Amino acid sequence: MTRGLSRTGFQTAALVTLRILIGWHFLYEGLAKVLSPYWTSAEYMDQARWLFRGLFQSLAASPTAVAVVDFLNAWGLTLIGAGLLVGLLTRTAAACGLLLLVLYYIVAPPFVGLLYAMPAEGSYLVVNKVLVEAAALLVLLAFPTGHRYGLDGLVFRKRGAEYQALERAGA
Amino acid sequence: MTDETKQPIETKAPADDWTRISRRGLLKALVSLPVVGVFIYNFLRKKAADDAKRRAILAELGVAEGGPAVIPNAISKPPGKKLRVGIIGYGGEGESLIRHAGFAHPDWIEEARKSVRENPRDKQLETYLNQDDLNIAITAVCDVFDVRAERAIAASQVDVRSGGGPALPAAKRYARYTDLLASGDVDAVIIATPDHWHSRMTIDAAAAGIHVYCEKCMTRTAEEAVAVHDAVTKSGIVFELGHQNRQSEAHNKAREIIDAKILGPITLVESTTNRNTPWGAWVWDIHKDGNSGTIDWAQFEGPAPHKVPFSLERFFRWRCWFDYGTGLSGDLLSHEYDGVNQILQVGIPRSCVASGGIYYFKDGRDVPDTFQAVYEYPDRDMTFVYSATLANGRDRGLVFMGQDASMRVSGSLTIQADYDSKRYEQKIKDGVIDPAQPMFTYRPGFKGIDAVTSATEQYFASRGLLFTYRGGRRMSAYHLLIAEWLDAIRNGGTTSCNVDRGFEEAITCHMATRSYLEGRKVTWDPVRRVIV
Repeated sequence: MTRGLSRTGFQTAALVTLRILIGWHFLYEGLAKVLSPYWTSAEYMDQARWLFRGLFQSLAASPTAVAVVDFLNAWGLTLIGAGLLVGLLTRTAAACGLLLLVLYYIVAPPFVGLLYAMPAEGSYLVVNKVLVEAAALLVLLAFPTGHRYGLDGLVFRKRGAEYQALERAGA
Repeated sequence: MTDETKQPIETKAPADDWTRISRRGLLKALVSLPVVGVFIYNFLRKKAADDAKRRAILAELGVAEGGPAVIPNAISKPPGKKLRVGIIGYGGEGESLIRHAGFAHPDWIEEARKSVRENPRDKQLETYLNQDDLNIAITAVCDVFDVRAERAIAASQVDVRSGGGPALPAAKRYARYTDLLASGDVDAVIIATPDHWHSRMTIDAAAAGIHVYCEKCMTRTAEEAVAVHDAVTKSGIVFELGHQNRQSEAHNKAREIIDAKILGPITLVESTTNRNTPWGAWVWDIHKDGNSGTIDWAQFEGPAPHKVPFSLERFFRWRCWFDYGTGLSGDLLSHEYDGVNQILQVGIPRSCVASGGIYYFKDGRDVPDTFQAVYEYPDRDMTFVYSATLANGRDRGLVFMGQDASMRVSGSLTIQADYDSKRYEQKIKDGVIDPAQPMFTYRPGFKGIDAVTSATEQYFASRGLLFTYRGGRRMSAYHLLIAEWLDAIRNGGTTSCNVDRGFEEAITCHMATRSYLEGRKVTWDPVRRVIV
């Protein structure tokens, strides 16, 4: 059993820092959308050019669907962000965050030949910041830190104690 | 590897005593707490700053962020009495009006269903079905082309109705509009013929006490406009001119912005039409069944100033000739002017200079495809410029230019402060207002994307002429305008584009036409009511 045990303090600190920064980013992205009555995902979905293009565009065309997507997206981002920030339900939050980012990526991947109405804030070819952040969440899924450096350690104390027992057993 | 000495505190508790937690474990669990504090602090600061800025701008502007406070009610009471409506002229526009009144042609429904199957984003069928049932019957039809008259009859008894209305008996066809008016079968008529027929039909309907919804341009000449104004005013019928912008949420909001004097003194209004398709230049389809046997040519020509031999082109593409309409003036300047008149209430200008030419569509037409008109309003210290080409699709929009700010009106509204504004000088200095960014945008129905297909449709949509929004719900502007007209017939009151507004529209357009044709500056004499 090597779960978390082979990490040095520096490695753990790096992982926790990454988790907190991504959490912060998600949380503010979410709250900004929750608080803005003008924000909508409709334009973003409408510009879909790749996989599930028809699905995204038909969602964008339906006011009801847009309302549901907007609600789920804004509150999803907020809750995922809060979870990552404080280390609560960390793995679930990381998995959901990963799913959201993959969806964002699928809607508008920077592939050769795909043009978008919305300007990008940088220069991207295949890889963009969404994909990089998704990969960072993949790292957090692979190397969880919430059970020790997060509220998971308090809320799920029993499981935490079991982890520790396992750690001892593996020592 | 971890051992007891490296992790003494965490591993002190036995595995089964999980309820206990060490002090160090607690600290580790709460490691992000300071970051949460920093987040909350920054978040609240950011929110307070944003709110303060928005409040400062809104307080300065004295206008609300939401939808327009005053908007003409399409329907004041549920439609009680069934009204019998006749249609004179069931061409492209007539068919569209009757559909928006709740009677789509069965072919259209079939096409729309097919279109939805191919593109789920296509909302036209849904919009049609969701319209209110206006409680009318299409009882009478008059069209000089047999095919179109038959289509109108088919539409009048369609069984797929707006608002789930029932199928109704077929309309009766009348060979002449005078017979239709005299039949006693109609309470109201929709006139969607070429412009050269508008005045005679409206005057006759008014004399018979029949309410009129007339397509723009209200008349073909200034003299006809005076006659229509007098006849309608005297008769007391409910008259509505077909300018859908009157029901556009963005236009109503724009009027609120003007009333709040946000732009400062306005010296220039620039309005434009750019279209770049043959259809947009009135090169409309010639129906395969159109011939001298199916078209009553003599009746089509009617009051047209020049009589010519039967011509399919002239019949199906009548907007290309001054004999039947006034080209860009009556078709598109009329909409643009009415939008400006709705927002600024400018009335008839003092003078007009117009110019242009047939520069691209050299297909035998005599109306210009490139056309500019400059109107002066000395009483308002303002110039209104209209500029159009039918051979370029650039979106130039409708812009109101004031000393303090500019307002661009399309489907949405954007207001941008001027760098050298006197009123906003201090706020620009303080960084509250950034002249490089819109200080206020208003976007009706901002949630959801509409599938708008053709270039011409996009042009109309951007002008609020195709559809608009009520409380975020997409509505057909045509439908709302017809509903408003029927409501005034049932419950009294006037319409938003009544005969006074129609008179201003017609005279303004005809000033441009006269100036273009005569190659000189023309002025309006309000006392004698003539263009000189």
